[in-house]
Amino acid sequence: MHGLTFDVAHMFAGGLVLVSFMMLYQDRLYALLNVFALQAFVLSLSVAWQALVQDAPHLYVTAAIALILKAIVIPVALHRIVARLGIHREVETVVGVGLTMLAGIALVALSMVVMLRVTGEADPLAREDLAFALSVILLGLLMMVTRRNAVSQIVGFMSLENGLILAATGAKGMPLVVEISVAFSVLIALIVIGIFLFRIRERFDTVDVGALDRARGERL
Amino acid sequence: MAVIANLAIQFVQMLLVLLLAPLLTGFVRKVKAHLLRRQGPPLLQPYRDLLRLMRKEVVLAENASWLFRVIPYLILAATWVAAALVPTFATGLIFSWSADLIAIVALLGSARFFLALAGMDVGTSFGGIGSSREVMIATLAEPAMIMIVFTLALIAGSTQLSTVAGLMLSSGVGLRVSLGLALIALILVALAENARIPVDNPATHLELTMVHEAMVLEYSGRHLAVIELAASLKLLLYMSLIACLFVPWGLAPHGAGPVAQFGGAVAYIAKLAIGGFLLAVFETSIAKMRVFRVPDFLGAALMLGLLGTLLLFVSRSL
Repeated sequence: MHGLTFDVAHMFAGGLVLVSFMMLYQDRLYALLNVFALQAFVLSLSVAWQALVQDAPHLYVTAAIALILKAIVIPVALHRIVARLGIHREVETVVGVGLTMLAGIALVALSMVVMLRVTGEADPLAREDLAFALSVILLGLLMMVTRRNAVSQIVGFMSLENGLILAATGAKGMPLVVEISVAFSVLIALIVIGIFLFRIRERFDTVDVGALDRARGERL
Repeated sequence: MAVIANLAIQFVQMLLVLLLAPLLTGFVRKVKAHLLRRQGPPLLQPYRDLLRLMRKEVVLAENASWLFRVIPYLILAATWVAAALVPTFATGLIFSWSADLIAIVALLGSARFFLALAGMDVGTSFGGIGSSREVMIATLAEPAMIMIVFTLALIAGSTQLSTVAGLMLSSGVGLRVSLGLALIALILVALAENARIPVDNPATHLELTMVHEAMVLEYSGRHLAVIELAASLKLLLYMSLIACLFVPWGLAPHGAGPVAQFGGAVAYIAKLAIGGFLLAVFETSIAKMRVFRVPDFLGAALMLGLLGTLLLFVSRSL
């Protein structure tokens, strides 16, 4: 199947993986938040295209939720949190960018190998979406592992959730109720995490999660 | 008779790239100066510089070996051959069978090898620094370039430039994200290879940051002129490569009449002007990065190339 339908879906899903890599590359918080908003935008485009292809109007709602909540509300909220915490100039990574990139490439290759083997008989569009979705999820996890700043860990978590939505739309038939409840639980998670951020900062004067390890006596 | 005509067209192409190269450099400088609200040197200044250098005496270090004197001509020859192989205004020239992407990468690689040797030949510390930095950049830029070549070769089924350009001209390509990734990666590699601003500054002799200028510091007179000409040719080469691979519209097909070929030449010059303008805008809007950030910059290019190839494998295997 090599029509325009497939090519456009491929382009958006591949773009999502690319934006995930851009997030790994950014080490400034504001730039990271902008790239995260871009990822949500690409996700909403991809979901809207799937809605058009699959002729499933409820996916338009999913796209709208992704656009409004993730591309606008959450980045703006995180922007304000970063501004209030006064940490916009902090640059913190555990391992270097180059090493992270290599690990990311390895994860993408792994998810392609796994997904293309496992989903042998499925529709090409769904297979390809699943493979990319797994890469986005793994890259989000990698982001959470390689960052020490709590705000970038939140961004990693949110981008992981973007990958889940991509997988769900590709698989055909996620009910709208599930989608809405997932969206709201993410929003609530953001609020909870936001409160935690201020608590962590109040207690340790930093949002570097290394401070938590030290408080538990795990590292000197 | 046909053979003579074909040879003549190939000859025109070789002369065209050689004559246009300094003009392109002058054009980029002019646009950059205008963007900074300065008048800038006239467009033909690079030609005058070359002429002036040609007439000047060559000063050689006492311990310079024969290699030091031969290298400028080797570099110019390798770069010129590579630039003449890239289809500029017409595809299917008589030497097109050898216009292979891997051959071009190898030609440029050998030119760089000799330049690095020349930097170390006299034994000054600047030359050594320049060579070591250049080789560091090269070890990162060449794998990225090879990944780009793989991506294009997987799509077109060939590494021959004429074939790839022909495929891009046909409508069978469709919309491919891998091509976009390859384009961005190629632009990053081209910026690094031509010592343009985020990696190196072509207009300065500031000792802490220079890479290319540090290697050629010991050259003077006609040797320097030849090296500068080769540097402009390299810029022209990368720009024609990008134009030929990603915006091949206007290229005259194989065996077209002189009118089509003239149209191709006009389109080529227009593409070069647009490319030079974009380069100047990019260079004035960005700051030079530290030398130790360069691996990140080129790592991104390598990553894009790898990702493009991976995505291509996915869409192939479906």
